[in-house]
Amino acid sequence: MTASTLTRTSTRNSGGHSAVVKRRKKRFQPSRFVATLIVAVLAITWLVPFAWATITALKSETEAAATPITLVPKSGFTFDAFAKVLQQGNIPQWTLNSLFTAAAITIITLAISTLAAYALSRIDFKGRKLMMTIIVASLIVPPPVLIIPLFYQMVSFHMIDTYWGIILPQVIAPAMVFVLKKFFDQIPRELEDAALVDGAGRIRIFWQVVLPLSRPILAAVAIFVFIGAWNNFLWPFIVTNESSMLTLPVGLQTIKSAYGIQYAQNMASALLAALPLIVVFLFFQRQIIKGISTTGLAGT
Amino acid sequence: MSTSTVSSSSEVTVQHVHENNHAVRLRRDRRHGWSFMAPFLVFFGVFLVWPLIYGLYMSFTGKSLTGANSSFIGFDNYIEALGDADMWHSMGNTFYFTLISTVPLVLVALAMAALVNMGLPAQWLWRLSFFAPYLLASTVVSLFFVWMYNPQLGLINELLGKIGIPPIDWLNNPDVAMWSIVIATLWWTVGFNFLLYLAAMGNIPQAHFEAAQLDGAGGWRQFFSITLPQIKATTIMIVILQVLASLKIFDQVYQMTAGGPAGSTRTVVQYIFESGFTGYRLGYSAAISYIFFAIIVIVSISQFFLTRKRSS
Repeated sequence: MTASTLTRTSTRNSGGHSAVVKRRKKRFQPSRFVATLIVAVLAITWLVPFAWATITALKSETEAAATPITLVPKSGFTFDAFAKVLQQGNIPQWTLNSLFTAAAITIITLAISTLAAYALSRIDFKGRKLMMTIIVASLIVPPPVLIIPLFYQMVSFHMIDTYWGIILPQVIAPAMVFVLKKFFDQIPRELEDAALVDGAGRIRIFWQVVLPLSRPILAAVAIFVFIGAWNNFLWPFIVTNESSMLTLPVGLQTIKSAYGIQYAQNMASALLAALPLIVVFLFFQRQIIKGISTTGLAGT
Repeated sequence: MSTSTVSSSSEVTVQHVHENNHAVRLRRDRRHGWSFMAPFLVFFGVFLVWPLIYGLYMSFTGKSLTGANSSFIGFDNYIEALGDADMWHSMGNTFYFTLISTVPLVLVALAMAALVNMGLPAQWLWRLSFFAPYLLASTVVSLFFVWMYNPQLGLINELLGKIGIPPIDWLNNPDVAMWSIVIATLWWTVGFNFLLYLAAMGNIPQAHFEAAQLDGAGGWRQFFSITLPQIKATTIMIVILQVLASLKIFDQVYQMTAGGPAGSTRTVVQYIFESGFTGYRLGYSAAISYIFFAIIVIVSISQFFLTRKRSS
């Protein structure tokens, strides 16, 4: 996975190649130095919005809106903005809403998609090819096209401002079914045949043979779905109104209009909303990157 | 079950039982196929197929949020939409955004991946920096950038002022606003394409580079003669996905400019949203949705044929 370079790979198999390696290493040192420099400048640029939001959030409101702009506030840094936002706002509630709905979406999506993908990959039932075609074709439907009829449908289901209203329309992930099916296709059939001969039913094979072998892809799909659900804006924005039912991304949008020009509090809210996924990312960096790399190309 | 039969019966019975088993299994398998599919199909039917059909029906009615006049009006909505200057304007904005965002979102990602792939130290740090913004909700990104774009108090104008560039009204100048949104979008999502490129580059067999190295090919030469051709399939996929993603843009624009100034950044998804939920005209809004859908289908199909031609 780690992007390996010639230099790095060749140092590993030292011996006969070492002369070449040394020459190459010397010749490529300057270009690598320049590359590191460029990437470092880019990376710092990429961190600026985070840094500036943090500095602003740690200022008092008057200091945040003062000109000329200060990097270190004259009156010192303060956690006032964070404290105010946590006391007055609904951020803890929205975080819970986001956590619950994103987790539910991930679990339901995984459950129904793996079952369907397994059937499409392994069971020779009538209509399988047609099903596959329909699922692949549905990839083309852009979610925004569905918002008007889905909203109307949610009204008649009495699901406006409910968790189910947020969750249910988000659990269909044809792309993920496709990714899982491709993974199942690669599992050697012999493993299952052995179990079949032993008299195991499909469900048991699925649970005891296929799923344990599929942990990496299940993790990848789960990560992908979770990030998407956690950050989704359009659908929760449409299906919720009441402040206590909003998810974090939608709640933040209402904060912007409610707090107006309270810059420090705006930034404190934004950072609090960003925190959970950033922390998760720091812990599971490798899995997340691998997950995105393997499922990403299948589309969203 | 079959194992015990095997051990206790004569050859003939064994075969018979096996055949029987096989037939039973096949029949049972067919049933299993549908029962494994069933949960997915229920959701798929209720929350995708049905709204798709119902939306089409709505587009032929005068349905509104207030409930009045839900009668069938034929193609009236479509005729009105095709003559609606605001609809075309928002469609144009969407295409403009797609054009000016896809190019940097692909090229910057490629450059980032190529540089990081040169075997730089601290790989995790670069990945973290470039990919972290992708984990943010659109609203967080919008809050960050609205603040940085602030004409008087914003960091960007402050820094530009230091090198003598007069302040720019990033989000309120119709000529600049869409570019401001592209910059924010680039910051937000380029890390995703970057990771896809990085993974693709990591999969190129090292032997290619070693051979080129022995032939005396330099770094640039290797990049253009080996890396780029090897990741061609990835590039095609990234471009296709990026175009489709950009066409659906709504969040950042709605949050940062609300479509302004003077409708210069209003995209077609926002127009769908507004005619449905602000204008209360669900039928009309559904008709625009389907025009948009038709365009997405046309774009997807032409991309499919273009890439197939090129790769054959």
